[in-house]
Amino acid sequence: MAENNPTEVKDKSAAPAGNNGDGARTLLGVTIDPDEIKKKAQIDLDALKQPTKTEVYKSIFRVKHDQTARSRTLGVLSNVFLHLHPAKVNRDAVRYNFTWGMGGISFYLFWVLTWTGVLLMFYYHPTKVQAFRDILYLEHDVPFGKLLRNMHRWAAHAMVLTVQLHMFRVFLTGSYKKPRQFNWSVGVILLVLTLLLSFTGYLLPDDQLGFWAVTVGTNMARATPMLGHEGPFGPELGMTPFNDVRFALLGGSIVDANALLRAYIWHCIAIPGFAAIFMIVHFWRVRKDGGISGPAPIMLEKEIKPVRR
Amino acid sequence: MDWHQLWTIVSLPDNIPIVGMLFIIPFFTWYALRQARANDRLAERLENDPDLAKTHHRKVQPFQKGWVREVAVWPYLLRMEFLAAIIVTIILMVWSITLDAPLEEPANPSLTMNPSKAPWYFLGLQEMLVYFDPWIAGVVMPTMIIIGLIVIPYIDENPLGNGYYTYKQRRFAIWTFIFGFIILWCSMIVIGTLIRGPGWMWFWPGMTWDHNRLIFEINRDLHEIVGITSQPWIGIFGGLVVGGFAVAAGYACHRIIAATEFSRKILNRMSLLQYAIMQALLIVMLALPVKMAARLLFRIKYVWVTPWFNV
Repeated sequence: MAENNPTEVKDKSAAPAGNNGDGARTLLGVTIDPDEIKKKAQIDLDALKQPTKTEVYKSIFRVKHDQTARSRTLGVLSNVFLHLHPAKVNRDAVRYNFTWGMGGISFYLFWVLTWTGVLLMFYYHPTKVQAFRDILYLEHDVPFGKLLRNMHRWAAHAMVLTVQLHMFRVFLTGSYKKPRQFNWSVGVILLVLTLLLSFTGYLLPDDQLGFWAVTVGTNMARATPMLGHEGPFGPELGMTPFNDVRFALLGGSIVDANALLRAYIWHCIAIPGFAAIFMIVHFWRVRKDGGISGPAPIMLEKEIKPVRR
Repeated sequence: MDWHQLWTIVSLPDNIPIVGMLFIIPFFTWYALRQARANDRLAERLENDPDLAKTHHRKVQPFQKGWVREVAVWPYLLRMEFLAAIIVTIILMVWSITLDAPLEEPANPSLTMNPSKAPWYFLGLQEMLVYFDPWIAGVVMPTMIIIGLIVIPYIDENPLGNGYYTYKQRRFAIWTFIFGFIILWCSMIVIGTLIRGPGWMWFWPGMTWDHNRLIFEINRDLHEIVGITSQPWIGIFGGLVVGGFAVAAGYACHRIIAATEFSRKILNRMSLLQYAIMQALLIVMLALPVKMAARLLFRIKYVWVTPWFNV
């Protein structure tokens, strides 16, 4: 066939290694040999069998993954999601019975809540006209909308519980003691933020349950000493229902459209932002304060050193 | 016994965490104290055997010479974390498929819910409203709880029990926390959920929530019982009573703090400021059960009435 093509013939004469009867051909100066192509295909196929040897894999994971201690260490240190972990931990700390895993579970639940919350935000308008209808829409028309809302609610309840249990465990193991004092205080702030997150979310469905829970909750703010219009020394300082701390919380003197919008913004933007900042500090300090506190060797009474001031 | 009423309360999807709490909190308390006992026994053995104390690895977990003290995070910790994430996901999935999040009627400011309850974790604070005015129950007490929790590491001068479960080395700290967390916080949540019905009245478990129930109770102020009727004296009397309570509670706390030789040793390590803050927090914490008892047993509403605030 090629012989009939005058240009091809011309090419062939320019490239003496062309079709010399062994099946190989030349196209624009590149040799096309079926055996060569087979060989090359085999290399790609072999790479499929060993994906860890490919450049793509190496470029993503950067380090070899095998059973050596070096690889295991690098596997943690060179991964952005794992790098908050130390390379090694106390051998007794990986047992369930010391930590109960409650801190980690709380963090995981925070992620679940973030994801389900973002998905819920796609379907929700924080307005008096639409909020309740959006929930009905979610429950009855959105695919898996009910599951989404249920997961968000139950994960929130579970998180309040696991955060409290985490605090209980940290207290009972004395993990707030030197050098971890400050991290305990950060943890208390995170506990408060968890409760506030859950509480601000309560109003968002705009149903009777949330409305009255938030009414009860914010009515207490009326009684804030000096800053509420029904609190001690509040009226004396000029507090009225229209300028006190409750007004600031609700954006009005009753739980209405402004309160819904404020709850939404606190719930979806402000408090998660604060919580994220405090969590960064919390996790970072866990590492900086020497990692997880124990199980530590027992200290005896006679080994107490005198206090230094 | 109205089992149906009990079931209505317990099976409310939003009350699942409280029903769970009834089992989870005692379980973890037991689980922690069991490990504390094991460590305490080891501590006792080491105290009595100084030679052993020098060579022992000082943990109840098994350890032999030649074993490494640390293990690689990958895979030993990460697999635990992965497993925990899977288990939590499965629990959440099953929970979300089987139970629906509650949704009531649209918000209606002209139709009050009865009982109208705060979210479950704030029911302790709402229950406190029975015993204190809102400025104490809703503002001062929560602030004191948060401040009290934050300062714990800075007033606890006991260096023992850092990083392991123990009871004997930290008796006072553990009792204080269990008192505050379980006896006050958790049980008040349980009261607020399971006991309080319409009109925030006290319904024992199994009593029918009767919306027409009336309780004829006359709550009196303490000064009325004593017979003081005119104002500056009412305020002065109340101030003396509250001050007297603070002194008595402070004295009782001091007796407990200085009860054993070990606790006196710890007390001597504290600065005056640390001691003062600790006493103030303990007195405020004790004020709650005392006021609860005064209200529930003696129907006393206020102990201190002034023109500006009532306690």
